[in-house]
Amino acid sequence: MSLSILDVTARDGSHTVRHSFTPSQVEVIVTRLGEAGVKIAEIGHGEGLGASSITYGISATREEDLIAAGVEAGRPFGVRIAVVVLPGIGTGKDLARAVDAGASVARVSTLCTEADVGVQHIEQARELGCLTVGFLMMAHLAPPEKLAEQALVQAAAGAEIVYCTDSAGALTMEDVAARIARMREVLPADVQVGFHGHNNLGLAVANSITAVRGGATFIDTALSGIGAGSGNTATEVFAAVCDRMEIPTGVDVTSVAAAAEEVAEIVDRRPTIDRASLMLGWAGVPSTFLLHSQRAAERYEVEQDQLLLELGRRKIVAGQEDMIIDVAIDLAARR
Amino acid sequence: MPTRSRIGKSRSGVAEMAAEPARVAIVGTGNIGTDLMEKILRSDGLELAMFAGIDPNSAGIARAIEHGVDVSTEGIDGVLAMTRPVDFVFEATSASVHRANAGRYADAGLKVIDLTPAKLGPSVVPALGMPDLEAVPNVNMITCGGQATVPMVGAVSSVTPVHYAEIVSAISSLSAGPGTRQNIDEFTVTTAGALESVGGAESGKAIIILNPADPPVLMRNTVHCTIDPSADHDLIEAAVHKMAATVQGYVPGYRLVAGPEFDERGETVSIFLEVTGSADFLPDYAGNLDIMTAAAVAVGEQLAVFAQSAGGHA
Repeated sequence: MSLSILDVTARDGSHTVRHSFTPSQVEVIVTRLGEAGVKIAEIGHGEGLGASSITYGISATREEDLIAAGVEAGRPFGVRIAVVVLPGIGTGKDLARAVDAGASVARVSTLCTEADVGVQHIEQARELGCLTVGFLMMAHLAPPEKLAEQALVQAAAGAEIVYCTDSAGALTMEDVAARIARMREVLPADVQVGFHGHNNLGLAVANSITAVRGGATFIDTALSGIGAGSGNTATEVFAAVCDRMEIPTGVDVTSVAAAAEEVAEIVDRRPTIDRASLMLGWAGVPSTFLLHSQRAAERYEVEQDQLLLELGRRKIVAGQEDMIIDVAIDLAARR
Repeated sequence: MPTRSRIGKSRSGVAEMAAEPARVAIVGTGNIGTDLMEKILRSDGLELAMFAGIDPNSAGIARAIEHGVDVSTEGIDGVLAMTRPVDFVFEATSASVHRANAGRYADAGLKVIDLTPAKLGPSVVPALGMPDLEAVPNVNMITCGGQATVPMVGAVSSVTPVHYAEIVSAISSLSAGPGTRQNIDEFTVTTAGALESVGGAESGKAIIILNPADPPVLMRNTVHCTIDPSADHDLIEAAVHKMAATVQGYVPGYRLVAGPEFDERGETVSIFLEVTGSADFLPDYAGNLDIMTAAAVAVGEQLAVFAQSAGGHA
């Protein structure tokens, strides 16, 4: 099975730009990806379909319009557009609308221990004719055996690819190797395994390579790593490393490196590992909390790293952005 | 101390509550049904005549037998076959099962208090008043998130128009049964609808998050309402605190953790809530069960009064 790169710049990067992506920015991202040889680009609000909200941030542009812009830009290059839905936040109706707008890859994202809440959405995605992906978030919370068991639930529902998703950027290479190995062991041969990394511990590329060595055939990346927290596995770096290791990706390194630079300039962001984002990976807090916690820390005059560590202690999971203000108020009151 | 209904029984005709408790059945023996059973067994206005499900090995059935409650593993059929019919039914199955059952209850002349998100009848939040229970055959208890958050939207909208209400409910994974899991879209859609129809928001959005932490986390709810910047913050604050006390009247573990918090521009008010369960069935983290079942019992006790005045069948 050959290796597929799935670029999430226009979805995970939505967190980095506070959900301000415009159709013209999406057009540039997808066009440059297509020119460089990337075949799938994900688009939408960072927290998935239907997530434009007070809790997660209001999108500047309707998701259907961003998807339509991406579909149009990707067509000459055969780039398929992916969307993600988090059951509990988005619904089957949102998914159907996205498919109407031209999306043809559907990713159903649940916490790594809660795969069954996405069963009906996976079934629906298959019925809609999408390439259907199960996405198990916060994978550091589940030991390999548990993650593999949940991957089987998604595969049984119809997922063709199942992801180990390191939302908190908290996994080390050994952690990734053990999870991918167990998933590969239990899943049927025709179900592919994917890995989605965040760079909070500086391991996104190394973890992605580790996943490939363990049998993963889908890797999520983002141009210049533009994504939540310290960002995702950088598309251009991953492509270059794969080339050095003689792992074919179909992606042209010079072209994708230029694309990464251009897109970083357009959105004026380039994620780094700073004091706060390091805490995300170290404490196992969702990368999506970075900018929300920065705002709450300023507003309630608490230290952002203390706020993130307290959220980690309280075992807050992806999607519980509402708890950031709650905990900030509590820390401010205790001070 | 004697309870009110016992006083009622000893002085026939002057009771504040129904002289005889209404005979009721629970259909559905999962987390919600079993927790509801414990609360009905403590209610003076309600007598649990049947606990019916379809899984003979369920923990709920075993517990009902321990309590000496008549059980059936024939689901709705077990209730409809009773020689002495019940006055009304609590449905604690799933939305799809309730949709299939609803017509049969109606044919049998049985009113239903629906604890699934099927949303066939009007939604009810006891803290915001009851619909005309005598007139409607089916009332819907919305969802746990709805019971926790709609009262607060109602409190804010009693002071100022709520243009948009958004809620996040986070519940422990262990407290989310298969009914919730298989149909999570129904949770979000039904809850959002109640933010509008019962809470008074012009539009609503609901989000549910399952948290797998061990030890389990308590049920948490966040409510955001967008309002006019000119709205009176003191009045909103007073209404929110008063509403918290009203809900505490039937859900003792309901607590305002923080807020109402107003954003810098005064356009959004945020309210943070926690619900500790009374641990009737699942441990205290499962406040999401209590808030549903306690609200349903409050509705049932009201319906019992009508059942009695109607002389039997409600």
